[in-house]
Amino acid sequence: MEPIATFSALDIQQIRSDFPILHQSLNGKPLVYFDNAATTQKPKQVIEKLSYYYNTINANIHRGIHTLAEKATAEYEATRESVRSFINAKETAEIIFTQGTTQSLNLVASSLGRYALKAGDEILITTMEHHSNIVPWQMIAELTGAILKVIPINEKGEILIEEGLAMLTERTKILSMVYVSNALGTINPVKTFIEKAKTTGTYTVIDGAQASSHLDIDVQALDCDFLALSAHKMYGPTGVGILYGKKTILEAIPPYQGGGEMIKDVSFEVTTYNELPYKFEAGTPNIADTIAFKEAIDYINHYGKAEMAQWENELLSYATEKLTAEIEGFRPIGTADNKISVISFLVDGVHHHDIGLMLDHEGIAIRTGHHCTQPLMSRLQIPGTNRVSFAVYNTKEEIDYLTTSLKKVVKRLR
Amino acid sequence: MMTINQLQDQLIEEFELFENDWDGKYDYIIDMGKKLKGLPDESKSESNKIKGCQSNVWLTSSVDSAGTIHFEGDSDAIIVKGLVAMLIRVMSGHEAQEIANADLYFIEKIGLSRHLAQTRSNGLLSMVKQMKFYGLAYGTQDKAIQN
Repeated sequence: MEPIATFSALDIQQIRSDFPILHQSLNGKPLVYFDNAATTQKPKQVIEKLSYYYNTINANIHRGIHTLAEKATAEYEATRESVRSFINAKETAEIIFTQGTTQSLNLVASSLGRYALKAGDEILITTMEHHSNIVPWQMIAELTGAILKVIPINEKGEILIEEGLAMLTERTKILSMVYVSNALGTINPVKTFIEKAKTTGTYTVIDGAQASSHLDIDVQALDCDFLALSAHKMYGPTGVGILYGKKTILEAIPPYQGGGEMIKDVSFEVTTYNELPYKFEAGTPNIADTIAFKEAIDYINHYGKAEMAQWENELLSYATEKLTAEIEGFRPIGTADNKISVISFLVDGVHHHDIGLMLDHEGIAIRTGHHCTQPLMSRLQIPGTNRVSFAVYNTKEEIDYLTTSLKKVVKRLR
Repeated sequence: MMTINQLQDQLIEEFELFENDWDGKYDYIIDMGKKLKGLPDESKSESNKIKGCQSNVWLTSSVDSAGTIHFEGDSDAIIVKGLVAMLIRVMSGHEAQEIANADLYFIEKIGLSRHLAQTRSNGLLSMVKQMKFYGLAYGTQDKAIQN
């Protein structure tokens, strides 16, 4: 295949060579991985670090006085510092390790919710939230008698800013908003909402899962109270996530889970809790994956998030143009002016599930379904979509192959 | 009248013609989906819906005076509809007990389990379960009447 001209500063072929999984055939066809919004693939640096940890320094952290425990603890805490710098938090005490965005959001909903909510208070979210930013709030609302309010969107899949801001009042105790929609790719104007929230005394929570590898995240500039993200959506291992929280608030709210590590002193009468961030890290954490997570951050920093995003945006424009021009009945779902490299779509007269199955047979991995955003799908009056999502290692040649395959598949299905 | 196993063997034989040509196999399944009559809109109800499928799948059953169970089904996705057609071809027109006890080895033999049934999303296994459930239910009903 003739390589297609690009304007990227990055050597994509060199980047691809860092990802062992990409160099294989599935169903007799070379793998084309376009399901990056679900999880990204991992570079060899991350994979090798996992094996290094178990081969060389495996020990429980923060407890032992022996050399291995010291080494493991030092590396574990090095990841915390790396994350702090990655999102520009003031201090590492504000970085809590979790299992992922879902657990981070459950932690905030539970701990902040018990602290801040009473009957009649309002929690404000948007129509395009992932189920993990809906259900935890419904659960705490049920417990406290608070009310869940939802900011509407337009047909392009953008938040209605004026309506949304008007819904944000003194009654709103918590605003929890997705930075980038996983189903549509829409980038939400979170800064505008956080600014307004400062005037209404509202705590702000940002679901940064989809934003983390594409957008520059600076929690001090955003001035949000909480931000959640997952390592596995940014070239890191599964089972590790972050909850960033402002120190004063983290100090005030109750712990999420009880157990080892999160305590200072325990007696049967009274227990005092450990200082931050350990107060929120009960039990032995996911040490290996957390340590390997640092490699993923280093990887992004090495190539530069801005450069990576520039390439992903180039892929987005190329694919949007090509698919629209060449696939008859192509209907993009989510056409926000401001979006990341996600293309959700339907093709007239063909079920999205059939497309997903047939493309898989061509070696192309995409996501089909409701993307854990059922309320969004019902708002758009569709059962689900096909979703193609790009990462830095994707190429225009792969998009050409997708277009040819999709054309073929649609013809056979119609 | 052919047994469930004879019908399965017939399907396996038809698919053997394609050998490893999965494009051919898919096209054959799609074709069966396109040819299946499907269900009238009023039968596409919530109660006839099979749970656990990414696409909508509906299944209805009836029993005639001879005690033979008949299945009809539909789906809004064409490949899944093809799977429904295959299941109906094998399972419809038999007595309750034969349906309830059926061992559907054709799914494995054709290679569907590896290519199509590995995720719960297409609901193939849920459909089989539902058909067997109907078999069991009608079987119990028969016994209740006999008693």
